[in-house]
Amino acid sequence: MVRYLLRSLLLAGLVCLTVLVISFTLTRFGGNLAINLAGPDASAESIAKIEHQLGLDRPLPVQFVDWGDRALHGDLGDSFLFHESVAHLIETHLPVTLTLGLLAIGIAIAVALPLGILAALNEGTVIDVAIGMLTLAGQAIPSFWLGLMLIIWFGVDLGWLPISGVDDWTGYIMPAFVLAFVAIPVMLRLTRGGMVDALRADYVRTARAKGLSRISIVLKHALRNAAMPIVAVSAVQLGFILGGSVVTEVVFNVRGLGYLAWASIQKGDFPVIQAVVLLFALLFVGLTLLADLLNAALDPRLRTA
Amino acid sequence: MRHRLPLVAGSIIVAAATIIAVIAPLLVPHDPFAQNLSARFIPPAWMQGGSRDHLLGTDQLGRDYLSRLILGTRISMMIGFSTVLVSGFIGTTLGLLGGYFGGWVDRVVMFVVSCRLAIPLILVALTVVSIVGSSLLVVMLTLGLLLWERFAVVSRSATQQVAGLDYIAAAWAAGCSRPWIILREILPNIAHHLVVIATIEMAIAILLEAALSFLGLGVPPPLPSWGLMIAEAKDYMFFKPWVIEIPGLALLILVLGINLLGDGLRDALGARSER
Repeated sequence: MVRYLLRSLLLAGLVCLTVLVISFTLTRFGGNLAINLAGPDASAESIAKIEHQLGLDRPLPVQFVDWGDRALHGDLGDSFLFHESVAHLIETHLPVTLTLGLLAIGIAIAVALPLGILAALNEGTVIDVAIGMLTLAGQAIPSFWLGLMLIIWFGVDLGWLPISGVDDWTGYIMPAFVLAFVAIPVMLRLTRGGMVDALRADYVRTARAKGLSRISIVLKHALRNAAMPIVAVSAVQLGFILGGSVVTEVVFNVRGLGYLAWASIQKGDFPVIQAVVLLFALLFVGLTLLADLLNAALDPRLRTA
Repeated sequence: MRHRLPLVAGSIIVAAATIIAVIAPLLVPHDPFAQNLSARFIPPAWMQGGSRDHLLGTDQLGRDYLSRLILGTRISMMIGFSTVLVSGFIGTTLGLLGGYFGGWVDRVVMFVVSCRLAIPLILVALTVVSIVGSSLLVVMLTLGLLLWERFAVVSRSATQQVAGLDYIAAAWAAGCSRPWIILREILPNIAHHLVVIATIEMAIAILLEAALSFLGLGVPPPLPSWGLMIAEAKDYMFFKPWVIEIPGLALLILVLGINLLGDGLRDALGARSER
């Protein structure tokens, strides 16, 4: 178990390092930052001067090691655009995105679990087919478009919810719901599949033969066994939700990490871009590790292995 | 018959979209790029003030919405097919290699897949497009180079299952070379899984292109990408909701059709798929 854990940790570290190298190289190829900073009419000379000031004229590996050394001491550099330290920008934008992501995965579980169980209990009936069709339709809706339609319906026509920003908690409702929409079909399919298998298993037949109540069979016996992959997948889905938050944050004008990255990408502000890409990668790898560990903790067969 | 319905409905939608995409220039009632500032925001024909000359109305620059929607079908389908070709090639190659050779080859393949999964897809796609410059070709290649992990995972596990079967051992004993075995014995026998993955990837690519174009770093104007149409019409959506409803519904129907086709094919071919 310890060996397995160490191996996973080492691999996770290597993955993060690779992603960092990729994002670092990618953003350095841009080269439009100095031009953006110097303005459209700047001479080649003043652009070169700015590049020298920022250290951009040094070889790529030197820049990388320099950045890595500072990053290990908590210095992620400064944003050229916002004139603030990247660390501070992340500190102020991360909580918003994390709140949105956690709310979204909560909504996704609250919707997908009951619907998936309902579909499995009624396998092959009209209810099952209807839930299946809803899943397919949900998967086909462009999330940014869903966001705009919700803004029109609930924000403007009904006037129930704010159409932009997260000044209070009501601002989180629509963006969290839109983000949840991405994860719901995946988790619903998984719940249904797991429950269908579990309900066919021998221990459920035994429980039924013992005369246990239907609710007890479904919740205590079948769901407990179907839950493992669902828990694991919700951790991974949270990673996808966080990484995909950029579109929803732009639609709802929510100043989170995704919005910050979008604004930075447009201006070529690469210290911010590479830090945010790395952070999302770290979060994703961490959540995947967590999913593995949860699996091991929930399943005694894996624990002893 | 009932379980054939998704396959039939999906096939009809995808076939129709493909035909529209191919012969788009013959179908458009107006020039999709021709502006007419005195004919801005004509509503669709079924609404008050609509005209039969512009069945789906006109946009903020007086361009015929139906013509733009038709040409937009071509953009979406081009994105879908090119992504499947590029990502299918990369992913299947990796999956076949990892699944067949195992050992350190497999470990390298799985590592590459893990790295790809850890990369935040939309952010990196946005960064690439902002650096290289936005054009249809750039978006097509970017999505193709990013969306191969599902192909790799599925073809790897399918290859592992097939590689242990008797006919592979028989081919090896008969003196077939490794490339021959991989391409002529294994690939045809995992193809039904790959077809299903292709539909999933196509749907994802079309939605992603729309999202990138919506964010201003996808297909550049004046091309009528459906995502870009939604972005350009967004400022007017409170007063004229149909300007975003029409391209959004078009996206929904096309992607739903592709998903239905994929589900139908999966059941018909007996393939598994992890969505």
